[in-house]
Amino acid sequence: MTLHTRSVAELAAGLARKEFSAVELAQHFLSRIERSNAALNAYVTVTAERALADARAADEVRAAGRAGPLTGMPLAHKDIFCTDGVRTACGSKMLDNFVAPYDATVVERLRAAGTVMLGKTNMDEFAMGSSNETSWYGPVRNPWDLKKVPGGSSGGSAAVVAARLAPVATGTDTGGSIRQPAALVGISGIKPTYGRVSRYGMIAFASSLDQAGIMAPSAEDCALLLGTMAGFDSRDSTSVDRPVPDYVAELNAPLAGVRIGVLKEFFAHGLEGATGALVQAAIDQYRALGATIVEVSCPSLPLSVPTYYVVAPAECSSNLSRFDGVRFGHRCKDPRDLMDLYKRSRGEGFGAEVKRRIMTGTYVLSAGYYDAYYIKAQKVRSLISAEFKAAFDKVDLLIGPTSPSPAFDIGAKVDDPITMYLNDIYTIGANLAGLPAMSIPCGFDGILPVGLQLIGPHFGESRLLSAAHAYQRHTDFHRRVPAAYA
Amino acid sequence: MNQTTLQEGWEVVIGLEIHAQLATRSKIFSGSATAYGAAPNSQANLVDLGYPGVLPVLNREAVRMAVKFGLATGSKVATRSIFARKNYFYPDLPKGYQISQYERPIVENGSLEVMLDDGSRKTIGITRAHLEEDAGKSLHEGLANASGIDLNRAGTPLLEIVSEPDMRSAKEAIAYLKKVHTLVRYLEICDGNMQEGSFRCDANVSVRRFGAPKLGTRCEIKNVNSFRYVEKAINYEVVRQIDVLESGGTIRQETRLYDSGKDETRPMRSKEEANDYRYFPDPDLLPVMIEDSFIEDVRATLPELPDEKAARFVADYGLSMYDAGVLTASRELAGYYEAVVSAAGGPAAAKLAANWVMGDFSGALNRDSVDIADAHVPASALAGLLARIQDDTISGKIAKDVFEIMWAERADADSVIEAKGLKQITDTSAIESAIDEVMAANPKQLAEYRSGKDRLFGFFVGQSMKATQGKANPAQLNELLKKKLDGA
Repeated sequence: MTLHTRSVAELAAGLARKEFSAVELAQHFLSRIERSNAALNAYVTVTAERALADARAADEVRAAGRAGPLTGMPLAHKDIFCTDGVRTACGSKMLDNFVAPYDATVVERLRAAGTVMLGKTNMDEFAMGSSNETSWYGPVRNPWDLKKVPGGSSGGSAAVVAARLAPVATGTDTGGSIRQPAALVGISGIKPTYGRVSRYGMIAFASSLDQAGIMAPSAEDCALLLGTMAGFDSRDSTSVDRPVPDYVAELNAPLAGVRIGVLKEFFAHGLEGATGALVQAAIDQYRALGATIVEVSCPSLPLSVPTYYVVAPAECSSNLSRFDGVRFGHRCKDPRDLMDLYKRSRGEGFGAEVKRRIMTGTYVLSAGYYDAYYIKAQKVRSLISAEFKAAFDKVDLLIGPTSPSPAFDIGAKVDDPITMYLNDIYTIGANLAGLPAMSIPCGFDGILPVGLQLIGPHFGESRLLSAAHAYQRHTDFHRRVPAAYA
Repeated sequence: MNQTTLQEGWEVVIGLEIHAQLATRSKIFSGSATAYGAAPNSQANLVDLGYPGVLPVLNREAVRMAVKFGLATGSKVATRSIFARKNYFYPDLPKGYQISQYERPIVENGSLEVMLDDGSRKTIGITRAHLEEDAGKSLHEGLANASGIDLNRAGTPLLEIVSEPDMRSAKEAIAYLKKVHTLVRYLEICDGNMQEGSFRCDANVSVRRFGAPKLGTRCEIKNVNSFRYVEKAINYEVVRQIDVLESGGTIRQETRLYDSGKDETRPMRSKEEANDYRYFPDPDLLPVMIEDSFIEDVRATLPELPDEKAARFVADYGLSMYDAGVLTASRELAGYYEAVVSAAGGPAAAKLAANWVMGDFSGALNRDSVDIADAHVPASALAGLLARIQDDTISGKIAKDVFEIMWAERADADSVIEAKGLKQITDTSAIESAIDEVMAANPKQLAEYRSGKDRLFGFFVGQSMKATQGKANPAQLNELLKKKLDGA
């Protein structure tokens, strides 16, 4: 059995049995990256030397009998996480020259657990995009069809896992940026509850929505990593001080008696191609596995896209003010004066989508518009949260599609931001309400994967993961690898 | 232009915004130190520098200090207050926004009572006090074609104290400003150092015709860093505004800078040029929730406040309200005074001690720029001097010389009196012989006195005192002199 087609759990077992060393495993993935990354454009930075050094260290730890479950596990970090001494560009020309002076909490914790970073993955610029086409480093290609997008903004992380250029990768999800690309490349991805994983060291897009998560072939793999990433961090005031369950131990919780709500609003508009039928088949599978299926409604959910596109740009317009050419990042050549420095540094450093959102956000926060946009959006957000809460009084999980369609052609939507924004119509709700949600593969529309979304109540990650795991024990979509990368 | 005539018919309206730097050891949202005067950027960590990915974490000590101020001013302490972002671009503002409190400040609706020069009292309303972070500093000197940025101050906790527009003259404004200055130092929440910028003030000034229902258009004066300059800046601005209005002009709402060198205010930016700060709640920080138990804990740490202390000084020591006010202007001075009184034998010495502490002692402190803690004459030594006055060993006048020697040599009163032979002469015959000498030496003045020129009495007192090197007991000298001059 080749190394790269194994799940994280299988690789961890292999390392534990000393079937192969961490160095061998890292070398295996590094050679795959060397062979395939040029076509996929999924990694923007490959840290081969450091990976081999870390892998050697991991092998020593194992030899000394001090290995943990993740010691020697290779992984990729989305380039939104600060990595000490390694360029952290966030998909932007603005930070093309930025070498982070510290590790994000997520990076630090995973590193402390013995994981081996292979490199940093491509992403939409500052995580603003749903196709990975806004990256200054160019679009990432979908391993299932190189003409297609991998989704975004964690498109690079999605592609490296799908093409098995890494066993697992970190991602972040502000409006669907883990789940939608996971769906479009046929892998599993979880966005935890807001506050479950520290945001410290994660370059902020929209602070009240951003949440780090993990992308891997299976739910079991996600469970293996999430426990290490999660937990209170005194450096992030919004992280929640609450014990982290043993997600792996709780993976096999039975589905019998679990009530799963089918969100009416998720099926109101036509799902493209086979998506609707595949999602329905997955729901039927859950019923067959013993879950109780009921229909529920969150009537304000259709307002989530406009609400999101007020709140997220508002926060981003402020969060991105620090990129001013003064202390780090891109600075224009020979500024005439301060205003020129600001205007040209930002004008040159940011791409079109980022500028669009900064302008939108600046507008909705402006005197005279704040109440009509920002305050109103916050009210709708509260309403959506309340409706989710009411739904979770009736059911344990919600189910529906992750994305309205499978992966689309590169270039197909770049000139039409509204159509692009609608890709996130099913994922944004969980961000607005701070709920944990995940996407798992539930079939193929032609050669393209389709994702199934599960949403849980606050801190319901265990239930999400065990429900996903139950489904994956009876399906093999998550085991499929594009032929070119098998 | 004469200011008093100009101001006739006009009412001056002043409100102050005071920025008190809170005396926390670390910054409001990061662990960096807040000490003044460190090498540029040596006290700025990644949070202060606004690096990508970093997050603010609220310093609980700053909250405690704000609550302390709220309780000391009878304000409402909000059980839930919110940090907002004030967005604008400036090189010394690393994040491109300042974290401040906007719609929901931590302290609201308080007041302070001030005493005016005529002894009357006035209550000044405190609209709000909110927590915020300071910006850094831009440095332009000594750099060719460039500006330097020092972010040591960035993130230093400030309490912005906003008054109601309750003051009607520069003097009232100064009385209020001094009151706040005294209070924050009593509470030990701010060192009050105006030179180092840890206590700063912006003044909102407007004028209107007496009886006018609406307030006039105001100007905000920034950059004033001493009590004297605040007073001068306000006075300049009042005259300027009245002058404009009386010549038929209108006041533009604007921010003006005070130039102490030229003693004038100059426009900095108008309302039209003002930033739209696009305030919104900071999503990186949770609302500040304050429980009653926390408030009560803080209340238990409140010291005796200046007003309470002054009232006690009046009641216990029989001081005038004015003297009590002066002596309680700082906690250290009041403490020193009480130590002197207690060592000098209690309330009987209270008035004498008050005069000495407010007079020679405070004079020496100011002259030599010495802190009370380092005073060359400690409270016990001053009490020793007062005891020698009270037991007539020396006169009050000689005591002033003794004090100066004590100050210069850090000596105690008795050894100075002994060493310099300053013990008062109470021996009647010695004083009489001195008087005789003076009378003999000044026959002309004696004759004039005796023919009715009473005011020459002072001349003879002076001469006789001089003849005893100032050591004669003054009361005794007066009595003997009167007798001898009148030919008894």
